[in-house]
Amino acid sequence: MTYVPLTPLDLVLAAALLVVNGIISWVFRLKLERSIAIATIRMVLQLALIGLVLKFIFAQTSPLWTVLLAFVMVGAAGFEVVSRQHRRIKGWQAFGFSTATLLFIGMVITGLGVGVIIGPDPWYAPRYILPILGMVLGNTMTAIALVLDTFSETAHRERAAIEARLALGANRLEALSHVLHVSLRTGMMPILNSMATTGIVALPGMMTGQILAGVAPVEAAKYQVLIMFLIASATALGSFFGGIGAVLLLTDARHRLRLDRLNAPK
Amino acid sequence: MLRVEQLQAGALPPLTFEVADGECLAVEGPSGAGKTRLLRAIADLDAAPGQVFLDGAERNEMTAPQWRERVRYCAAEPAWWSDTPRGAFPEPIDETRLDRVLAAIGLEPDALDKPTAVLSTGERQRLALARAIVDEPKVLLLDEPTAALDAQSAALVEELIKYQMLSGRSVILVSHDHDQIERLAHARLQLAKTETTSSKNDKEETS
Repeated sequence: MTYVPLTPLDLVLAAALLVVNGIISWVFRLKLERSIAIATIRMVLQLALIGLVLKFIFAQTSPLWTVLLAFVMVGAAGFEVVSRQHRRIKGWQAFGFSTATLLFIGMVITGLGVGVIIGPDPWYAPRYILPILGMVLGNTMTAIALVLDTFSETAHRERAAIEARLALGANRLEALSHVLHVSLRTGMMPILNSMATTGIVALPGMMTGQILAGVAPVEAAKYQVLIMFLIASATALGSFFGGIGAVLLLTDARHRLRLDRLNAPK
Repeated sequence: MLRVEQLQAGALPPLTFEVADGECLAVEGPSGAGKTRLLRAIADLDAAPGQVFLDGAERNEMTAPQWRERVRYCAAEPAWWSDTPRGAFPEPIDETRLDRVLAAIGLEPDALDKPTAVLSTGERQRLALARAIVDEPKVLLLDEPTAALDAQSAALVEELIKYQMLSGRSVILVSHDHDQIERLAHARLQLAKTETTSSKNDKEETS
């Protein structure tokens, strides 16, 4: 495997391209200069940091560090789910529920993909586990966030209809069936769209990376297919658990709609 | 018989009262007094401390859907969630009974299959009433059932409410029409304007 290593000068040259973003923001008075600067610095620092952390973990033989980093990733994804909500659910339950769901799906899907299907030696090889866990978590996180957000927005908009159904004797699942339907569709749409267009419109990041690193394109494509299947099932599970969680968090045992548990929109 | 004991709906003081079978209790009070809140609390749509009994059974002795099948709240502004009203009626629909109810309040049976959006406000309100009574709940909690109706339709709806009472159902009626209360109610409950009605949840009569 051969590839061309990048020098710091290469990165500085690439960073100069961001001047374009700055000029556009300045010309159209978008006031995005601050955001561009912060996002750029965060991106560089986070990637540099994870590069160093992964270098350290790859050098260890103990699975302990792998598991530790996996937990940090799960926690960060759970936090991100909550912070992406337009109307946040009050209290810690939404964070707890999302994080538990992410932990479960991350373990099951990554375990299946790495432990059973790929089967590296040793099974806990961080070089396989961590990137795949990251891709599974990233997509599951988006699915849960979309489902929760769509659910609370739709429930808020259709409050009168939901309560009319409850008043007629429907249970909470029946009364929220339409809301749940819309939310689950929204959660599963992105991965279906990207499965349908992948390879035509864009080469997925992981496949590109493997090709750049010198892997034969067909081998890289095989890995990408595997990843797509893992992500598709993870987002389906994430959407399902997110939908059930939303029903439980926004209703109570007496089948009342509890929109008072939502904060005002940001 | 519906019995309400020390029920605390929103900012209202604890209320205790009874409505016998076949009788109508009118709830009166200025806008924002909590009339809608009270009806919602009796239907168990809002959490409220206190007890509500139907024929001796407290609401918590059954599931909330079972309670609401017996104690039916009909909102002032009806909501629809299907393309035509038919899809929003509780299944299974007893067609003959439904046709009879619709005829009684001056609606053609084909109103059920028109797009909900083309129906007039008054038609939608009458359809919502039909939806609320067609499966014969024991108690009707009616929130301004004739607010959007012309005098003629309102008279038909009043007749239907009277007929429900004759069939042994209890009615709690919220109305701003004093003559209507005079004609229908056996008893009245006067709610004073409470000081702390600014609960966020209370959408009472903002329309």
